[in-house]
Amino acid sequence: MLDRALGLHPSVALRPEPFGALAYHYDNRRLVFLKHPSMVDLVRTLDDHPDLRSALEAHGIAPELWDTYDRATTSLIESEVVIAR
Amino acid sequence: MTRLVDQMKSGLDAPICITWELTYACNLACVHCLSSSGRRDPRELSTAEAFGVIDELRAMQVFYVNIGGGEPMIRRDFFDIIDYATRSGVGVKFSTNGAFIDAERAERLAQMDYLDIQLSIDGADAVTNDRVRGEGSFATARRAMDHLAAADFGEFKISVVVTRENVGQLDDFKAIADSYGAQLRLTRLRPSGRGVDAWHDLHPTLDQQRDLHRWLLAHGERVLTGDSFFHLNALGESLPGLNMCGAGRVVCLIDPVGDVYACPFVIHDEFLAGNVRDDGGFTDVWRTSDLFSELREPQSAGACASCGAWDACQGGCMAAKFFTGLPLDGPDPECVGGEGEHALDAVTTVPRPSGDHSSPRPVPVVLGTSGLGRR
Repeated sequence: MLDRALGLHPSVALRPEPFGALAYHYDNRRLVFLKHPSMVDLVRTLDDHPDLRSALEAHGIAPELWDTYDRATTSLIESEVVIAR
Repeated sequence: MTRLVDQMKSGLDAPICITWELTYACNLACVHCLSSSGRRDPRELSTAEAFGVIDELRAMQVFYVNIGGGEPMIRRDFFDIIDYATRSGVGVKFSTNGAFIDAERAERLAQMDYLDIQLSIDGADAVTNDRVRGEGSFATARRAMDHLAAADFGEFKISVVVTRENVGQLDDFKAIADSYGAQLRLTRLRPSGRGVDAWHDLHPTLDQQRDLHRWLLAHGERVLTGDSFFHLNALGESLPGLNMCGAGRVVCLIDPVGDVYACPFVIHDEFLAGNVRDDGGFTDVWRTSDLFSELREPQSAGACASCGAWDACQGGCMAAKFFTGLPLDGPDPECVGGEGEHALDAVTTVPRPSGDHSSPRPVPVVLGTSGLGRR
């Protein structure tokens, strides 16, 4: 996953909330909770980076946490909030 | 997960799930109508005011709105309102009895994006349904479903309020939904609106609640529930969804005259937070009303504090307690531990819903007169 070019699905809107954000998918009408502000920042900028790894680096996220972010991103791909570019 | 639920309990900047009853006018007179609908209220929001509400919802990033009534399609500007909402990025899911969905309107609905339709039936056959919703209402709903299917609307929803009389038909409801490629939605009967009178005869028995819990667990997320059965979590395994009362925290109701209530099931002055016509509009009501601030404070477990199931059921539904005369910090009237039944025995006075919009004509169906007494 770390080497893949990712982006926010064009039909997804993010609404900031105290815990992170709500992601709403206008096509499948699913509501997904992003439970960490850092994850929200990451998701918002995925499109600006060639792959997930460089997005994580750009956000200054420590490499020992990358696995956790990798898993969280995988789950967002499953719910179609994030897609491969 | 706990952290997220705690965050939700302290309220969000905008609701997730907002119900908007467009009119109190209705062609039916269902015995359990949560808004006691029938006659139009002359103070109903105008088209321009309705557009103003949608503008606010868009600005607050409310992603979709659940439109109901009354029968919302009775409004002459119904299509104007849902067109305006969906074009504003506020998706619409509307509930209807189907009386106004003919072939032409079904085609029109099928062409719209960001639109869901929920057709209500409360029995899997005409006899069971019509006892609650009125003569001919089952055939009407089925005809509307046929029109939507013929117009290739796609996956609409069939919405059922689970009662003592239809809880044995869950497989039949599922079969009807499957036959249309529709999705089944089951919700809880509340003693709200005209339901305040019908509830005692119609709410599922304790044994039926156990069967319902098993059925819901077996069908998982494929059957929608609007998270309305979380009081059943006290039976053991938790149902999918947020296990909490969302009133004033993630949920609220806008009624046809613009009054904002904590949830669709508490149309009573005690749960009135404000009006969309007030200065500051809906946004200020949601963010600053005293009532909603209060509901976002940690709630006491009260009489349930020593019960081992509290974490699972959270004391159940505020509306169900209120309209059966029970204290809000005690057991739900349908507490699966049987505590609600004991508490109900001690109730002497029960609050009445604030508005009765029932039509003056006799209600066509009255439970209790056909040999089905209180059981």
